[in-house]
Amino acid sequence: MQRREVPQDAERSTYGGHRKLVYAVDDAGHYTGVQSQGWEAESEATRLAIEEFETLRDEAWLRAHNGLTSPLEVHMYDRRMDVPLLAGASGIWRWRVRRHFDPSRFARLPRRILQRYAEALGLDVATLTRLPARRSRDL
Amino acid sequence: MSEFCHRQAAHCESGVVSAMLSHHGLPISEPMAFGLASALSFAYLPFVKIGGMPLIAYRMPPRWIIRKASKRLGVRFASKTFRNQKRGMAALDRLLDEGRVVGLQTSVFWLPYFPDEMRFHFNAHNLLVYGREGDDYLISDPVFEAPVRCPAADLQRARFAKGALAAKGLLYYPVHVPQEIDYASKVPAAIRLNEKIMAHAPFRVLGVRGIRYLADNLIRTSRRRDARKRLPLYLAHIVRMQEEIGTGGAGFRFLYASFLQESAEKLDSQALADAATALTAAGDRWREFALAAARVSRKRSDMNIETLADLLRDCSAREAEVWAQLRQWLDSDEVKGNAD
Repeated sequence: MQRREVPQDAERSTYGGHRKLVYAVDDAGHYTGVQSQGWEAESEATRLAIEEFETLRDEAWLRAHNGLTSPLEVHMYDRRMDVPLLAGASGIWRWRVRRHFDPSRFARLPRRILQRYAEALGLDVATLTRLPARRSRDL
Repeated sequence: MSEFCHRQAAHCESGVVSAMLSHHGLPISEPMAFGLASALSFAYLPFVKIGGMPLIAYRMPPRWIIRKASKRLGVRFASKTFRNQKRGMAALDRLLDEGRVVGLQTSVFWLPYFPDEMRFHFNAHNLLVYGREGDDYLISDPVFEAPVRCPAADLQRARFAKGALAAKGLLYYPVHVPQEIDYASKVPAAIRLNEKIMAHAPFRVLGVRGIRYLADNLIRTSRRRDARKRLPLYLAHIVRMQEEIGTGGAGFRFLYASFLQESAEKLDSQALADAATALTAAGDRWREFALAAARVSRKRSDMNIETLADLLRDCSAREAEVWAQLRQWLDSDEVKGNAD
């Protein structure tokens, strides 16, 4: 990559105003570090990944609202986690996590289990057990 | 000990090694640290899932660079993990009070200074702590332009996040740093190991063969019944693994090419300089692939999957050629006298 080819797509960058270092060659063919403000290809891929989590969260929110899943699933996607990740972060087996998506089971969970989820998700127990307000743009 | 000096890097682990050793009187660039650690690789690991997608790695696994670079250079690190979070924080404070610069392994997600869009759950991020002010830790995060700050509670959460690659509060600092590097023997040794990794891997999902495997897999995915939903996500996933996850782009190819170039100058070797140029060209193909894949994923291009896969196959062929060149260099008289 030539120095002048280093992408500077600041417009839709996912770097939040930061610049990332990449290595590129100058006219003499010498490698130097060059700062990049963002790149279309990367930011599109990142956005798609984020949007996927948001979609999953919004779908889960609707289901939770209709009593079909527990707030746990909503919070999980809201923290950009999936079941394997949450299982790892909380130290609770995947199949148990899935069972805890059952609202009535979730409501009966002892505090010590809730505490582990809360810690893994960086929430307090009170927030964890409540369904958050709708946050999505197009729900 | 002199004042600590922050320097930005393309990748966290090679950046930490470069900054730490330079601080301790062994000036070494980030590409040189990456290259001497033989850290370039390719691996397509279908059984390791990230969000339901296979892990695609363009470098050796976390902690490899620290381990290999220190072994090759004769650096000794002290490192420690903790069961008790309070003790882990207290140990960090003690080392800082002694005036040390301390390396930490952390999660990315819980570091508040990361822009929201870059916050994903990856537990093997590396950063340096060089001081404390009130409740804030002064952090030199290699992928950031300038030093940053992080409140104690957040740093603790980031250090002790559980799950895959959990850091368990890992901290490390060098206890012995040699004052010079014998490039004439270290560079060939590093390249020799990397050539093995890339050109002679025992499984077809690794090395240059792995890149072809990815190309084949792309085609297989496009023929799945759920391809309409899965293919765009899969393409975006590949691009993210290649461009975003802790790299200065093109899956570390430019970083390694820069190492080859620096080595060429140090050893006055035309063969290495040529290999650097060839690897740069391969890196450019990777970028081309990423751009095309992102567009197809967003349906902004009607390039067919065959063409995309051919781009990957071309990357594979180009890299195979680079390693064949390097093999020749290793077997040449230029190197023979300097066996490590």
